[in-house]
Amino acid sequence: MENLKRVDLIFGAYTNEKYKVLESTLKKSSEQIITEMINSGLKGRGGAGFLTGLKWKFTAQESEPTKYVVCNADEGEPGTFKDREILTKVPRKVFSGMAICGKAIGAKKGYMYLRGEYQYLLPDLMAELDVYHEHAKRFNHDFTIEIRMGSGAYICGEESALFESIEGKRGEPRNKPPYPTVSGVFSKPTVINNVETFVNAVMIMKYGAEEFKKLGTSDSRGSKVFSISGDTPKAGIHELELGMTLADFVAEFGDGDTKAVQVGGASGFCVPRKKFNETIIGFEGVPTGGSMMLFNSSRSMYNVLHNYLDFFEEESCGQCTPCRVGCQQLLKGIHAVKKGEKPSSYLNQLLQLSDTMKITAKCGLGQSVANSFSSIVENFKEEMIY
Amino acid sequence: MAEIVKINIDGIALEVTKGTSILDAAKSVNVKIPTLCYHEDLCVAGNCRVCVVEVEGRKNLVASCAAPAEQGMVIKTTTPKVRRARTDIISLLVSEHNTQCTTCYRSTNCELQSLAAEYNVDSERYLSVLKPNIQVDKSSYSIEKDDSKCVRCQRCVRTCAELQHVNAITVAHKGRDMKISTFMELPMNEVVCVNCGQCVTHCPTGALTERRYYHEIWEAIGDPDKHVVINTAPSVRVALGEMLGYPVGTRVTGKMVTALKKIGFDSVLDTDFTADLTIIEEGHEFLQRVTKALKHKEKVALPMITSCSPGWVKFIEHMYPDHLDHLSPCKSPHQMFGALTKTFYAQKIGVDPSKIVSVAAMPCAAKKFEANRPEMKSSGYQDVDAGLTTREIGQMIKQSGLDFVNLPDSNYDSYMGESSGAAVIFGATGGVMEAALRTVYEVVTGREVPFKNLAITPVRGLEGIKEATIKLENVVPEYSFLEGAEVKVAIAHGLKNARVIMDQIKNGTSPYLFIEIMACPGGCIGGGGQPIPTNDEIRKKRIAAIYAEDEGMPIRKSHEVPEIKKIYETYLEKPLGHKSHELLHTHYKKRNRY
Amino acid sequence: MTETKELVKKLADKYGRARESLMPILQGVIEEERFVSSEAMTEIARELDIASAEVYGTATFYSFLDTQPRGKYVIRVCKTITCDMHGKKKVIEKIEDLLKIKLGETTQDKKFTLLTTNCLGWCHQGPVMLINSTPYPSLDENKVTEIIMDYMSK
Repeated sequence: MENLKRVDLIFGAYTNEKYKVLESTLKKSSEQIITEMINSGLKGRGGAGFLTGLKWKFTAQESEPTKYVVCNADEGEPGTFKDREILTKVPRKVFSGMAICGKAIGAKKGYMYLRGEYQYLLPDLMAELDVYHEHAKRFNHDFTIEIRMGSGAYICGEESALFESIEGKRGEPRNKPPYPTVSGVFSKPTVINNVETFVNAVMIMKYGAEEFKKLGTSDSRGSKVFSISGDTPKAGIHELELGMTLADFVAEFGDGDTKAVQVGGASGFCVPRKKFNETIIGFEGVPTGGSMMLFNSSRSMYNVLHNYLDFFEEESCGQCTPCRVGCQQLLKGIHAVKKGEKPSSYLNQLLQLSDTMKITAKCGLGQSVANSFSSIVENFKEEMIY
Repeated sequence: MAEIVKINIDGIALEVTKGTSILDAAKSVNVKIPTLCYHEDLCVAGNCRVCVVEVEGRKNLVASCAAPAEQGMVIKTTTPKVRRARTDIISLLVSEHNTQCTTCYRSTNCELQSLAAEYNVDSERYLSVLKPNIQVDKSSYSIEKDDSKCVRCQRCVRTCAELQHVNAITVAHKGRDMKISTFMELPMNEVVCVNCGQCVTHCPTGALTERRYYHEIWEAIGDPDKHVVINTAPSVRVALGEMLGYPVGTRVTGKMVTALKKIGFDSVLDTDFTADLTIIEEGHEFLQRVTKALKHKEKVALPMITSCSPGWVKFIEHMYPDHLDHLSPCKSPHQMFGALTKTFYAQKIGVDPSKIVSVAAMPCAAKKFEANRPEMKSSGYQDVDAGLTTREIGQMIKQSGLDFVNLPDSNYDSYMGESSGAAVIFGATGGVMEAALRTVYEVVTGREVPFKNLAITPVRGLEGIKEATIKLENVVPEYSFLEGAEVKVAIAHGLKNARVIMDQIKNGTSPYLFIEIMACPGGCIGGGGQPIPTNDEIRKKRIAAIYAEDEGMPIRKSHEVPEIKKIYETYLEKPLGHKSHELLHTHYKKRNRY
Repeated sequence: MTETKELVKKLADKYGRARESLMPILQGVIEEERFVSSEAMTEIARELDIASAEVYGTATFYSFLDTQPRGKYVIRVCKTITCDMHGKKKVIEKIEDLLKIKLGETTQDKKFTLLTTNCLGWCHQGPVMLINSTPYPSLDENKVTEIIMDYMSK
């Protein structure tokens, strides 16, 4: 354990007084909050890793008076369940983070978009939301939060698809630009952050950017909540400092026979055993929204890839050609190679296709399918053929 | 002032307004980037990804239709990276497409086919992911939907929603199951589709086509017992040439008539005749309503709205069923024609109407449905046996083996072959209004409309909703109650504009007395049965041809056509008379909006 | 007024009639009727004054907004990777066995529908299933039998 640093930032106990961090933060100016956020170096915890403070700054700078804060609680990435845990254990911190963001950018309304799969959390969240609204009123903070539910569509975790869904439409990603900071939900400037990011914001306000920066590495500040699953005796939620090597990670969480780790979910990268030592978990290495799936040598990586592609083929929104047809082709293709209906060289053709998907798909989903595809096919070619 | 940005495309430095898409910027310097889901008429979707280009400094390619040009961008449109990606994307589209191009109605006029040929994609590159057992929906009289040929570009959906505000089709499901669908996947004839055919003219492939009837017509022509009559709509003659080797905007009236005669139609007549008749009937209907309203203070439905466009008629039946009394009761010209063909014409030439096959050559998909409406049997038979599109006529001429370009001109046959310039302009948005005003103004004032060369310019052009006000002065005694009145009229084309007009009527705020509405953008020259492609540039050229045809006509006003006068004297008796009601007027049906 | 019509009207009164109300209304219909019928969609279209095709297009995008009739209890077993690795197949077979239906089917008495679904966010405790909106993690054949039997007696 000595090489892994456990942290208790996100799940740390609430302050004794409800919404105390929010109350004290509201005394700061918008500029102060944003400066603190930028100084902390916090990057979005959804996986993409954009500097949160900058996102807030850009939105704050927009002249349009109506702005929104959106909390992306559409945690759909296979292997990820940390947001569910955060929303179960520390919802107050999430709402506080949203309210702080509202203050920073000058928004009066926030939406939490909660995936349909987590509907069972709604009663508790609504109860906490009442508490929040009471306090916001008491603090004279004109910022209300509404929870909107998803209904089973992975792609709605993509920010512009999520906006479409809130607007009552099919969750199809939009063209970018314009970016959310300019035109987000209801075409208004919007900050959209992951559940964990908002909690981090609260922690930065509580402890200050300097304290926060002490955690992690220069490229990956702070701690990260990991969702650990697969062939591991320690499946579950673990809050760790960013910047560790995968070897250290596997030493702690593996079952002694780990042959590969899928970092970042189905849309992330598969790292084989031989690369554990050189792989750093963080924005300087392999970034992750927190999903770590471990596979031991009893697992067929063909089956793993097949399962991922099956997932993507269903969960692609279907609007853009590379993603809609590409996912079908990759799945059908590996099947054909496995069955001997296509020569093994066809895998190269499919790798090229995944490359095309990466550079031409309309949104992050289509672009990221290639991550797991190429990292699994390239590292486990024999398993694809025999 | 708009901000200007400097960019570079394929080595060409240029300045464009900030926000211009890379695609448009490239077009301006003659760099053609291939597209598929893009259509000039529609909002940008950016979903086919065929138009991707490379922007220096970016890892990913960008869709040029959706990406705005930004200061300093260096763009390359034909690098190996771009070509490889495009080839891959086109191959993917081919892999989900039913590639039986040899038997496809859109073969040689298909955007996917051209792209696949241009990029010489290998059809074996990827496995076929075409869904098995796709049935072609042939339930509609007007439109066939073949999902096996759909490339999911959503042009049809955008057309139906943005241009027409009908929303009969939608994108349904997601991922590999995503498809273009009606409500509950119902057959096309059971949904709010108005049959305008704009989805057909905007479809890049053969997924949406008009239902074809020309095989039956060839059969009838070959049947010695049948007397086959065809009438051709005004906008067919200015667009047909596009299919037969002529540049857009060429008038081919005389050659078309010759070709149809050579094909073997027993009589080739002009829908313009009943367009003129429509003006007489509709004009009098309008004056009758105005008289009732203003002189006798009776309650009548005003404004009155034209009913020549069957797509529009079905639209109002679905969307504004409580306002059908605003529609003129006049049938559309080709339905009048059909009714007269099997009565007046049959008598004149002494042919048993049961042996007559009446065909209408139309720019329209909706006429096919209209011909099959149960009430369209006033002759005692189905008045119009088949409505063919301009495209079908072009196809028939190709099948006939005629050397169209070298055909001599000929004139329409008679009876019902004579007409005015007022009838020709029915083909363009504003034309019916202009034709009506030329006649109504003269009836009320005894003078010609006060516009140079009879060209009522305010009602012309492609603006979505046009307005004009005509002041009536020095009227004839019969219409003294109209002295000094200002008649406000409006013209709308494209059903989204019709909705604006109708919402005013619904809210009681419509300032108009008379309104022309055409379902299709641009009017009939942009109809759902016209050659593909159609866009504003093409619409403008077809419209110019229409007005040129009008100007060249010896008679420019409907009420001056000798054959029109004669048919009232010898057959119809008087406008709005008993026979008119029987043959030329119709009624409408309330339909479901949702 | 039919029950569905009344339900839709009630939901529209509650959530409003703007386009953004569509999702909450559809979800409200599911809550009550377990699927969005053709009638429900037409009524929603009427209340919101949008095309019924748009309601259909939106509903079919979301896997939980079923447009096919479903049982009173909709069982969705997660089929994504870690649940797959830890015995999802056996769980499904057990449920099929208990309810005498195949995956995708609804029992004759319209009480249960058995479906699979994508990642439910319980990867550390797979296999997992949802029954309506309640998650049941850490399933094995015994546990799933207990749960299903319990529902059967409801």
